[in-house]
Amino acid sequence: MKEARKYMNPYLGGVLLGLVLIVAFWVSGRGLGASGAPKSVLVAGMQVVAPEHTENTAFYKEYLAGHEHPLKSWLVFEMLGVLVGGFLSGALAGRLNFKVEKGPNVTNKVRIVFAVIGGILFGFGSQLGRGCTSGSALTGMSVLSVGGFVTMAAIFGTAFGLAYFARKLWL
Amino acid sequence: MGPLIVNEIISANTNLLIAFFIGIGFGFVLESNGFSSSRRLAGMFYGYDTTVLKVFFTAAVTASIGLLFMSLFGWIDLSFIYINPTFLWSAIGGGVVMGAGFILGGYCPGTSFCAAAIGKLDALAFIGGIFIGILIFMEGYPLWENFYKAKFMGSPLLSDWLNISRGLLAFLIALVALGMFWVGEWAEKKFAREDYEINQR
Repeated sequence: MKEARKYMNPYLGGVLLGLVLIVAFWVSGRGLGASGAPKSVLVAGMQVVAPEHTENTAFYKEYLAGHEHPLKSWLVFEMLGVLVGGFLSGALAGRLNFKVEKGPNVTNKVRIVFAVIGGILFGFGSQLGRGCTSGSALTGMSVLSVGGFVTMAAIFGTAFGLAYFARKLWL
Repeated sequence: MGPLIVNEIISANTNLLIAFFIGIGFGFVLESNGFSSSRRLAGMFYGYDTTVLKVFFTAAVTASIGLLFMSLFGWIDLSFIYINPTFLWSAIGGGVVMGAGFILGGYCPGTSFCAAAIGKLDALAFIGGIFIGILIFMEGYPLWENFYKAKFMGSPLLSDWLNISRGLLAFLIALVALGMFWVGEWAEKKFAREDYEINQR
């Protein structure tokens, strides 16, 4: 197999990411996000599978009152783009292959179990915090919002604080 | 002039189409910088790879200063930019839960989709977890609704809080970012690992 190409210089990458953000602000008046898309998919799925449930449950009632159709959302289209963009970059750099990425001292099974646990926590936390690293922390900081700085500090502070206890997963 | 959607220069459907292209740019930049690698993302918290810090803060500084200049030139009306409302307790509580998810799972939502797009199976597992986590939040909503809505503060800007101009705050953030880049470069040497190569140009 051909050796994968090197990653971009991080400072150049940061400037480019900042420019993508600015385009989003300029065109759509909003920043980037991620966790809103799976939520839209879940709400739409629930509407199909259990329409009565969505009509009678507090969260869905509140959500649907403020949205036209859950899938006709900016973040859903943006995240479809993320899948395409990530794939294109990986394809151009020769990084497309199926693998479980993990620290050197854990088994695939342990890695997958902790990935699911991490995903559950992140999914839950992103709803509680009204946005994840993209929507709340990065975008929030760019518009100088207090909430953005608070969420950013809480995410990174907690991850640093717990890093010692999770070291067997990564080191 | 900007934002185009607010000033009705483009239609709502065009906005969605452009969202797709913005997403392509977002995903492409994330992957090109290795945000599709959980070891790289986790490396941030052990100091052996601080790419996340460098990209994240360069982006925030670029965007915040860029927006100020665009506003100065009259290209964008900042009062029409959506600003996340701040509910203090849930912002902190949500962040703490997300931080725990980050160090255990090795991804955040955006990066996990990006990693799954190039075939990372651990990212696929993480995405499965995201769906479960969001479902738990939605179904159990009445249990945490009070916490979720507590301590509402409107949509305050840090610059207003500190009683300084946006420009001065953006400048101070740029200075802090420079300091952190210095720490990041130092950490990558200090905590370098034999079994891990940062691998970037």
